[in-house]
Amino acid sequence: MNIHEYQAKEILSSYGIPIPRGRVALTSDQVERAAKMMGGRCVVKAQIYAGGRGKAGGVRLIHHPEEAQEYGKDLFGRTLVTKQTGPHGLKVRRILVEEAVEIAREFYLSITLDRESSRYILIASAEGGMDIEEVASKSPEKILTHTVDPFTGLRPYQARKIALALGLTGTICEDCVELILNLYRACLEKDCALIEINPLVVTKAGWLMAMDAKITFDDNAVYRHREYPDMVDYSQLDPLEINAAKYDLAYIKLSGTIGCLVNGAGLAMATLDVLKECGGEPANFLDVGGGATREKVAEAFRIILQDCDVRGIFVNIFGGIMRCDVIAQGIIEAAGAVSCILPIVVRMDGSHVEEGKKLLLESGLNVQVSASLGDGASKIVQMLRQEGQ
Amino acid sequence: MSILVNKNSRIVVQGITGRSGLFHAKQCREYGTSIVAGVTPGKGGIHIEGIPVFNTVSEAVTYTAANVSLIFVPPSGAADAILEAVDAGIALAVCITEGIPIRDMVPVKAILRGSTTRLIGPNCPGIITPGECKVGIMPGHIHARGKIGVVSRSGTLTYEAVKQLTDLGLGQSTGVGIGGDPIIGMNFVDVLTLFNEDPETEGVFMIGEIGGNAEEAAAEWIKLHMKKPVAAFIAGVTAPPGKRMGHAGAIITGGKGKAEDKIRTLQECGVVVAASPTLMGEAMLEAMNRSSDV
Repeated sequence: MNIHEYQAKEILSSYGIPIPRGRVALTSDQVERAAKMMGGRCVVKAQIYAGGRGKAGGVRLIHHPEEAQEYGKDLFGRTLVTKQTGPHGLKVRRILVEEAVEIAREFYLSITLDRESSRYILIASAEGGMDIEEVASKSPEKILTHTVDPFTGLRPYQARKIALALGLTGTICEDCVELILNLYRACLEKDCALIEINPLVVTKAGWLMAMDAKITFDDNAVYRHREYPDMVDYSQLDPLEINAAKYDLAYIKLSGTIGCLVNGAGLAMATLDVLKECGGEPANFLDVGGGATREKVAEAFRIILQDCDVRGIFVNIFGGIMRCDVIAQGIIEAAGAVSCILPIVVRMDGSHVEEGKKLLLESGLNVQVSASLGDGASKIVQMLRQEGQ
Repeated sequence: MSILVNKNSRIVVQGITGRSGLFHAKQCREYGTSIVAGVTPGKGGIHIEGIPVFNTVSEAVTYTAANVSLIFVPPSGAADAILEAVDAGIALAVCITEGIPIRDMVPVKAILRGSTTRLIGPNCPGIITPGECKVGIMPGHIHARGKIGVVSRSGTLTYEAVKQLTDLGLGQSTGVGIGGDPIIGMNFVDVLTLFNEDPETEGVFMIGEIGGNAEEAAAEWIKLHMKKPVAAFIAGVTAPPGKRMGHAGAIITGGKGKAEDKIRTLQECGVVVAASPTLMGEAMLEAMNRSSDV
């Protein structure tokens, strides 16, 4: 689960990590007022669920409140397309106005899970403000790491080694040690999958400050943080993805025309791969869960049908111990309710296959039943081609 | 022979009084697995479907000599359930639970390293030795006894692969679903090591997916140590970067974890990689034929 920069900074601040003075604005008038509060000179930053905003024109240093208002007007409602947003971009609905800070030095600092060691890993670099992946691939020697022993936790001397390696000395070095320890505490207590400060700066006045921050919460841990659901900015998410999440379905909108309904993540990915191979373009990834139920299948079907790009549907359920007739009923129920006329191919495996097949074929839907993955995929692609003619 | 579980395995089901715990305990028993005990704190002393229920895993081990645990405990208590199995000296814990927080699994993994307990999962379909013992949620009927070891990060995609193998007459020695989470117990290399030593296993089929570098690590190990032919499939060739494809572990980040890179590395290390998920069985056949030609 993602949150905005300003929310991430609020969390950092609550752990004693210094952040610039700032206000969140929802209108261009609020941007202007906030700019006045900062004394005219300020940084105006679009808040979207993606990085790369600077290069896309979503961040600007402002000198007068009027300029801030104009820029705010320009930004609100604009769609920013950055390296991380995908081609459709994300709409700007919230703007962060911050005091402009004179920067002396910039660093990178983050904590995330290191899969190889199954431990949290602290990553730091004196090349702050940069795309850390680029630094890692071009000059890996500039990346400092430390994996944290879960039983001892992160110790001050370990944080100090990192701070010293970043070239910090004296009181700033000790401030940095404290900041790193606080960052680790925040990572654990807030169940972060990623907590990142980029850049962490030393100001000309000699203070450490988090100029930009990113936090991704561990989706599996959201249940133990009551405040998290309220932090979601739904304007940043695909409405169909929001709907799917409500029913505990893993749905991702893609750019094609074939709606996919599959049980299990691996099989769902493989289904997309086969469709592409047959010359089809999947409209979505949708995993109804390994043990798909009738209700979930029906809900998944409704979500797929809400996507206007969908021209045909491929259902691939490898149940094994699930009853295919029950799954078939779910499909018929959902498709019937919206009088779906789109071509559908259903590939089912499990118990009661014949009963399920019979139900589908007698349902009056534009449906074909297939016995294998490859056959089903080529069938739906074919049906779509015929419709297109 | 087989690996990890066989007809002598004695299974305790943690979370047996839950809906899926009970359902799958019964399914496993129908398959022929010895389900000797269940554990649900607070319900010790009762019998459910004729299976004695205990308050703790230790009690279950003491009274029933259980040596394998199958865990269906909900996410909030699952890490604790794994640790309890470790503490009770269980040889193999199989955790089906999906959705355990990272912060809970980090210490579990560290404790496993210093213990004799092996963990399969979490977020996995379990393990099966066809015809002998099923410890998990996979459909038993698609399996057939044979010479192919199967190891997979996926659930239902494994069923697809197993079905293709069975249809081509390639039975399985043991099938292991290692799970789709970022932190898991046994990894590809751990399972491949066992298959390599198992006299019944003559070839291995491996199913990977995008995210992490477990497949690359497995490829390197195969190149150096594997004595038997290996075929593989990697799901997610068409997955867009930055999107989590259902599994917590299946995500391409920072240009890492792409399917193409995994496929290339596996091929470089002598693994036959199925070009399509419809050709998983054929890839295994090809790998077996190639090795018998040599």
